[in-house]
Amino acid sequence: MEYEKNPLTPHLQIYKWQISSLLSIAHRITGVINAIAISFICIWFLLVIYKEQFLFENILNSFFGKFISISLCWTFSFHVLNEIRHLVWDAGYGFDQKISKLTGYVTLVLSFFLAIIIYLIGVNL
Amino acid sequence: MAEFSLPDNSKIVKGKYYKDKTGSQNIKKVHVYRWNPDDEKNPRIDTFEVDMDNCGPKVLDILFKIKNEIDSSLTFRRSCAHGVCGSCAMNVDGVNTLSCIKSHKDIKGELNIYPLPHLKVIKDLIGDLSNLYRQYESIQPWLKTSKTNTEQQEIIQSQKDRSKLDGYYECILCACCSTSCPSYWWNGDKYLGPAVLLQAYRWISDSRDEEKKERLKKVADELKLYRCHTIMNCTNSCPKGLNPAKAIGSIKKMLATS
Repeated sequence: MEYEKNPLTPHLQIYKWQISSLLSIAHRITGVINAIAISFICIWFLLVIYKEQFLFENILNSFFGKFISISLCWTFSFHVLNEIRHLVWDAGYGFDQKISKLTGYVTLVLSFFLAIIIYLIGVNL
Repeated sequence: MAEFSLPDNSKIVKGKYYKDKTGSQNIKKVHVYRWNPDDEKNPRIDTFEVDMDNCGPKVLDILFKIKNEIDSSLTFRRSCAHGVCGSCAMNVDGVNTLSCIKSHKDIKGELNIYPLPHLKVIKDLIGDLSNLYRQYESIQPWLKTSKTNTEQQEIIQSQKDRSKLDGYYECILCACCSTSCPSYWWNGDKYLGPAVLLQAYRWISDSRDEEKKERLKKVADELKLYRCHTIMNCTNSCPKGLNPAKAIGSIKKMLATS
């Protein structure tokens, strides 16, 4: 018997978010943001470097610019750290339920520290 | 493209409210997903007030109590009630589990019970698992050997080889893991899903099986296998404490190193 016309049971609407699934979707989103934002900033920088360097720096130094660059520091550091986690999985380690949860939390906490470090290095360069 | 929202005929509406008639002081509100194929209405959430002073310790006991004492039309699958058959798999408090081994004391406050996610509902808490069974059939879950007269003689396996099946042969195919996987929700027609891939790995790593290479080749597919993105919902939901994510990771590793 086929049930094609029957209703679909709820899925995303009811399933409880867990650290593992949250980090997984965050990994994807930060990956997309990084790819778009970093290439956009690089191209923009190359285009304006000779003509409007001060405008570029002023925008980066504004509150909005700082917010964006700190956010990008975080999306970048989170994506890199979580990718390390994925590489370890690909090598066959860290699948244990407790260990994968622990590495998840560690990744999340470390990503904020790494973001701050990258931003401070960038500012003082 | 994945469809994140529910189709119109699946949107959930508010259902009936069954007030407690026993006068008990220890009441738990239980919200249960209902859908009846005989009327053409949308699925609804019924709320039952259940007297917890006279109720067994498991979520399944609550369902039995509702069926026996409040609404006999409530429909759900169950058989062994000891976590061995896998019939009573459902979504309890947001996570897939076997209701017969899930203690309701673990869940504070009101209790939500839904069928396994992203399935066609047959009635109330029963989802249609025929796609999963078809996929299970496709990995040919039986021993393949060219040895003759195996009917009279057992095929010897060392203890070490036998121990490679530990953590995999215990799977009871309750489908908690597959229906917890977002990848399986969006690509269930092509992606095999954690339960079937765990079974595939169980046969790939059996030392008595002679078609390991063919099995690996068959499963090595962009959609069948590599839709697993290590979301780990499967491992977190397995009521038997098994690790489908590790099984899938092991298949990927075997393919990468062979």
